[in-house]
Amino acid sequence: MRSGIVSYGTYIPRYRITPKDIGRVWGQDGVMMGKSLNIRAKSVPAPDEDTITISVMAARRAMKRSNVEPSSIGAIFVGSESHPYAVKPTATIVSEAIGAAPDLTAADLEFACKAGTAGMQAALGLIEAPNEQIPIDYAMSIGADTSQGAPGNALEYSASAGGVAFLFGKKDVIASVDLTMSYTTDTPDFWRREGMKYPSHAERFTGKPAYFRHVQKAAEKVMNRMGMEPKDYDHATFHQPNGKFPLNIARKLGFTKDQISAGLWTPEIGNTYSGSMMIGLAGILDIARPGEKILAVSYGSGAGSDAFNLTVTDNILSFDLGRSITVKEEAKIGRYIDYSVYLKFREKIKMEGE
Amino acid sequence: MSVARFWRKQDQRYNLMGTECQVCGRKFFPNKSMCPVCHRKSIGKMNKYQFSGNGIVESYTVVHAGMPQYRSQVPYILAYILLEEGDHILGQIVDCDPEDVDIGKKVEMVFRKLGQEGRSGTIYYGYKFRTIL
Amino acid sequence: MNKLSREVAIIGIGQTKFGENWDLSFRELGIQAGIEAIKDSGIESKVIDALYVGNMSAGLFMDQEHVASMVMEEVGLADRQVPATRVEAADASGALALRQGILDIASGHSNVVIVGGSEKVTDVTSDIASEFIMAGADRAWEGLFGASLPSLFALMARKHMHDFGTTREQLAQVAVKNHYNGARNPIAQFQREIDIDTVINANPIADPLGVFDCFPVSDGAAALVLCDMKTALEYCNDPVKIIGTGQGSDTISISNRKDITTIRSTVKAAERAYEMAGIGPSDIDVAEVHDSYTIAEILAIEDLGFFGKGEGGKAVEDGETALTGSIPINTSGGLKARGHPFGATGIAQINELVLQLRSKADGRQVNNVQKVLAQNLGGTGGTSLVHILEVA
Repeated sequence: MRSGIVSYGTYIPRYRITPKDIGRVWGQDGVMMGKSLNIRAKSVPAPDEDTITISVMAARRAMKRSNVEPSSIGAIFVGSESHPYAVKPTATIVSEAIGAAPDLTAADLEFACKAGTAGMQAALGLIEAPNEQIPIDYAMSIGADTSQGAPGNALEYSASAGGVAFLFGKKDVIASVDLTMSYTTDTPDFWRREGMKYPSHAERFTGKPAYFRHVQKAAEKVMNRMGMEPKDYDHATFHQPNGKFPLNIARKLGFTKDQISAGLWTPEIGNTYSGSMMIGLAGILDIARPGEKILAVSYGSGAGSDAFNLTVTDNILSFDLGRSITVKEEAKIGRYIDYSVYLKFREKIKMEGE
Repeated sequence: MSVARFWRKQDQRYNLMGTECQVCGRKFFPNKSMCPVCHRKSIGKMNKYQFSGNGIVESYTVVHAGMPQYRSQVPYILAYILLEEGDHILGQIVDCDPEDVDIGKKVEMVFRKLGQEGRSGTIYYGYKFRTIL
Repeated sequence: MNKLSREVAIIGIGQTKFGENWDLSFRELGIQAGIEAIKDSGIESKVIDALYVGNMSAGLFMDQEHVASMVMEEVGLADRQVPATRVEAADASGALALRQGILDIASGHSNVVIVGGSEKVTDVTSDIASEFIMAGADRAWEGLFGASLPSLFALMARKHMHDFGTTREQLAQVAVKNHYNGARNPIAQFQREIDIDTVINANPIADPLGVFDCFPVSDGAAALVLCDMKTALEYCNDPVKIIGTGQGSDTISISNRKDITTIRSTVKAAERAYEMAGIGPSDIDVAEVHDSYTIAEILAIEDLGFFGKGEGGKAVEDGETALTGSIPINTSGGLKARGHPFGATGIAQINELVLQLRSKADGRQVNNVQKVLAQNLGGTGGTSLVHILEVA
């Protein structure tokens, strides 16, 4: 059997803030802003949460839903643009915290919002490699972020927090990966320099030459090679920097709203960056039926897209989804905070001794 | 807390790894090298045991003036919890209002930041709890 | 065999004022209390055989360890190389030092011993102090998880309220009573009375405990002169005799205890002290107990056997523990109003009881005091000590 997703887990922090609350502080019409971005609220990590805690929670949930022994995982990759340490891997902490250490390889990845899907490709590669050369049966890729927008910047309306862990293997696959291809160029639409707290972006340049071009090219490459057309898919999900871009690219490629609804989560929780398309895929798997076809395309600024063609297998019927919470359930639970608490939680207030 | 001092007990703080006395079956967290009931009979018979992280609140307090490093989290909830395997544990309950907590409430373990050695030092991670919705 | 091989007596007491002693260093606090005790006893320093100093945390509060040697130097005993020992059991250090002095004399090794307790706390900020105070409980399994010392007692309070119906007002009444007593004690840190509303409406620290449920930050020192009974009678006619000493330990972390509505170390320490004295709780006329937090006094009066488990709150409410009650508790004002310079507290408790036995506790004297008891707790009860005294 073709390798693919054996299990998965997601984690979305409980706290939420609305565009209205953000706009009020900066003299903008937050409600209008929310409407134009198609974002009703964004998730906010608690002061004791970061990419590491989110990654561990997602990974543990993935392990809870499978009977794979943690010690049989041969590789863990964590993709993020907000690793708490500049030097010292998130992946080693995840490895210890799910009991996978020490007999595995682990690394942190960075490629803006698509580091997690780069990890998915790396994981698949290790599993597909001849076992006598690379004896790895299971590999995990996590996409997680606690992304930040500078106070007052448009990004503040969307940059949220969350994470997803996918466990890949060859046995008990619930969704096989039929094909994955990428499209990569040097396009500086969004970046963060070493030592800077907040990212910068090239405003409208992030659209057409960046997000739309890369997502479209990667999607088309995969569809062409698979001989598939948009109507052949049951579900599609695309990177979701806001709630509007994925709708636009879907329309452009020829997907209907129905096809993308199960994988569209930014309108409820904001842009979880490295988690964004992966949460979309998880949301689809939450409701998927055997035989269904899925197209999933990520986007990372700088820039590149990874596209995946997946087929849901019969194993989805025996998959123990109920051992953890679904994306829909967790997106629904929100504890709303105002902007001042948000500032405190996100360490945007200068404290004594700083 | 120094790097090595935390690292030494990482497995316990990350994964609730305690011990089980093979003589009487009692389970302990944090781990014990000797069973306080079986004493010398338990020497060499204390095995690793991973707790589930599920428990019941037996007492709790809302901390308003805590230790300086938790200033951004006050008021926070601290609880004395009976783990389902039978030992007690002390931990914070996060992501809820004080009104949501009561004696008898069920909680589950979550993985959180416990603290850090300043902005440039290491970060400590480990267990906290959340009420089960 | 739970007996002392020879009788031990107290013949002198001394104490500094407790509170913010900005102009006094650790050394000066210690010497002030020591000199007063020596003067009170009438002994000359050349007869001193040993010195025991109770101190919780000079290392943290002042970056200074080895303070017994420092105190001895200050007292002027260095030329005779008198053995000086520092004793530590968090805020039970004072009573533990006393117990070491008692055992030293009872063993026949020493005849005259100075026992003191001293703590200089105000040289660090209150943030740092609250960190350091937590060092008396479990840093690794409590402190790291967000516990402060008051929060641990708050957990005990909530459980006690839940299990026995103890009320917020009853907790507050402990502070009200102790402030009332403190207002009648010239060396107390707080000399003003407060009412229940003040306690209940105070800034919350760890719910249900507020600022007025907690001990204050205090500097201070206390000392006493101990000797064998034969020597004691050479100096005075009315020495105070130590008829019971008991010590108990328990887990440092409350999460390793099955029941947090009782302090087992206190129960055991009391049992041992009562057994040695050959008496029971009903024989005690006045007691000084460790009210670091209001709930701690309620736990103490139950664990010492003055009231049944769960009945402590009601007893306080009914005035049973007031100056005019059936068993006056903390006539000095307790840790709450007299102040709580950790290492000094265990000795200060004894000093107050000696005053009560001598009928010298002006303004707060209880009538016909024969037998008295002191209970001193370390942290959340990792150590507890009970001493019982009477007029010889």
